[in-house]
Amino acid sequence: MADTIRAREQRTGWILIAPALLVLALVYAYPILRSFWLSLFTQNLGTGLEPVFSGLDNYARMFQDGRFWQSIFNTSVFTFSAIILELILGMGIALVLDQSIRGRGLVRTIAIIPWALPTALIALTWAWIFNDQFGVVNDLLLRLGLIDVGINWLGNPTLAMVSAIVADVWKTTSFVAILLLAGLQSISQDLYEAHSIDGATPWQSFRQITLPLLMPQIVIALLFRFAQSFGIFDLIQVMTGGGPGGATEVVSLYVYSSIMRYLDFGYGAALVVVTFLVLILVVAIAALVISRLRTSAGEKL
Amino acid sequence: MAKLELQNLNKTYSPKVIPVKDVSLTVDNGEFLTLLGPSGCGKSTTLRLIAGLEQPTRGKVFIGDRDVTNLPPGKRDISMVFQSYALYPHMTVYDNIASGLKLQHMSSNEIRERIRESSGALGLEELMGRKPGQLSGGQRQRVALARALVRRPEVFLLDEPLSNLDALLREQVRAELKQLFEAQNTPVVYVTHDQTEAMTLSTKVAVLNRGDVQQLDPPQRIYTHPANMFVAGFIGSPQMNLLHLKSDGKNAVLGDYRIPLPGGFTSPPDVTLGIRPEHVRLAQPGDAHSFQGRVFLVENLGMSNLLSVQLPGSENRTIRSLLPADRPWSQEDVTLALPPDAIHWFNTETGERLSNNTRPLVSNTANSTPLADSNPRL
Ligand SMILES: Nc1ncnc2c1ncn2[C@@H]1O[C@H](COP(=O)(O)OP(=O)(O)OP(=O)(O)O)[C@@H](O)[C@H]1O
Ligand SMILES: [Mg+2]
Repeated sequence: MADTIRAREQRTGWILIAPALLVLALVYAYPILRSFWLSLFTQNLGTGLEPVFSGLDNYARMFQDGRFWQSIFNTSVFTFSAIILELILGMGIALVLDQSIRGRGLVRTIAIIPWALPTALIALTWAWIFNDQFGVVNDLLLRLGLIDVGINWLGNPTLAMVSAIVADVWKTTSFVAILLLAGLQSISQDLYEAHSIDGATPWQSFRQITLPLLMPQIVIALLFRFAQSFGIFDLIQVMTGGGPGGATEVVSLYVYSSIMRYLDFGYGAALVVVTFLVLILVVAIAALVISRLRTSAGEKL
Repeated sequence: MAKLELQNLNKTYSPKVIPVKDVSLTVDNGEFLTLLGPSGCGKSTTLRLIAGLEQPTRGKVFIGDRDVTNLPPGKRDISMVFQSYALYPHMTVYDNIASGLKLQHMSSNEIRERIRESSGALGLEELMGRKPGQLSGGQRQRVALARALVRRPEVFLLDEPLSNLDALLREQVRAELKQLFEAQNTPVVYVTHDQTEAMTLSTKVAVLNRGDVQQLDPPQRIYTHPANMFVAGFIGSPQMNLLHLKSDGKNAVLGDYRIPLPGGFTSPPDVTLGIRPEHVRLAQPGDAHSFQGRVFLVENLGMSNLLSVQLPGSENRTIRSLLPADRPWSQEDVTLALPPDAIHWFNTETGERLSNNTRPLVSNTANSTPLADSNPRL
């Protein structure tokens, strides 16, 4: 009897999610499969030649492609630096906002503004902030007497990357902070009080209570941020355009160039597929970690 | 081991919110003090002041000779059991119990030994590897107790530790608690709003109301000699009958009856007669104060019936009486007697107790010596 009820419930469940599944299939599954199919062809609209099935040739070419590896490297540097900084700063902000300070609601709202602004706009603003002639950063440094000549932030390979990371951190730290704050607020104050009575210092409480209990939120924040940073396009495109000399060219910029500039659809599709697989892999690992955390924490008190 | 002493403790949140006004008391080794009072009277706040989770506005806290008023909670050498138990959800039962000892850098062998000793009585061996989320309410409560006991602190604090348990379990754990803490030769401060817990567990009860200690006495005496009308009405179930009466100096006037007031003091114009329902009985020939009245409500409590009786006279007064459940009683006319030695007199205006002439009605001879009456609050 219980089984038939269960079966019926499951059938209803499937019926209810069917429309959503259909939409997802059209919007996500089709383009992905189509890209994969395309990546098996040599097809360049620039040459105007007929597409030729070439198997895994495009993938083989990728292994030899220095520019591809450079873009992977750039993406990794950008992603990991930005995420780590955002996590540390976001945690700090969340801990401060978690204190019952006056006007907390207002501060929280203000904190979220950078995240809500359009990225292209922010990128443009930051490009001006780091401008070598008229930028605020150089102006400040000059006035403070720390430098004699304006630094060419966006013209130097390393500094251009640093600038892009700064802009990204500025924009998304508050997102991480709000996510972590939600987690912090779900931790009962009693736990900290019990721990302090047992003789724990605030740092020990942070390590032994806050961090472990916040782990699901941390993993989710990392996952979100990883997915966004790894596919970053608008910020870099507007700020540096991938320059100077490809020093900030991330994968999605390279994909964009391959397809839109060189019209090399087959190779571009192969790049997309590889990027997609990397992302899927990371998401799968994160999902696994989260479910582990969930089961090991038992049912939450 | 050391005694705990509170001196003129005050906590003021704002001029209107003063949960603890002026609390002074001492809890000796092996004494079990219960803070008892209605919701919001400042019990938890007092406990948190002792623990150091709140800073007092005025006053001092001593543990032994140490003035701990300005010490952080971790340096006071106390254990506290929270109403919510406050178990760490991500740690196993074992790690929960061990956490305080680990913070003291005790070796893991020693910790294991300690935990074995102090949680053996609580029957937690089977549960050591589980997380709090996988335990029942009663088991969590035990883990919280074990975590407090294993530290062997100088003072134990418990904030309504039984309030999340169902009635049956509460009774069982109450008995266990009594045994557990009788074995500890330390001061215990226990917060509850359940008078049964206060009566059964404590060696001393402090009845609180609006941040003030109304009475600080052994539980028996709180019952037999309530220091004022608040304590009289708060302690005892069903509640004590409190009748506001006029007095002519020598007698209180109840309808057509005059009840002589005890001598030895100038009687105020308004007095309150207090008598517990269990002491109001059916009159027998020769009883001093007996009244006729009509039963208008009968509540069956199983063991006995609680009768609400309308007293004669124009004032529309009622008195409640606890009588055997062997008759239906309803709509009967009954004659009730108020045994003089079961009557408590209070000054209606101040609420203070007037006399001490009531001998304890429970046959506890140790308490029956007349006690100095001038200041019943002592
Ligand atoms: N942080 C605070 N700020 C302002 N007022 C507070 C604060 N904490 C407690 N109070 C007030 O102090 C009073 C006493 O609170 P307390 O928690 O000590 O009551 P309690 O006797 O433990 O009651 P209960 O039996 O409901 O637990 C209450 O009126 C409460 O509103
Ligand atoms: Mg309380």
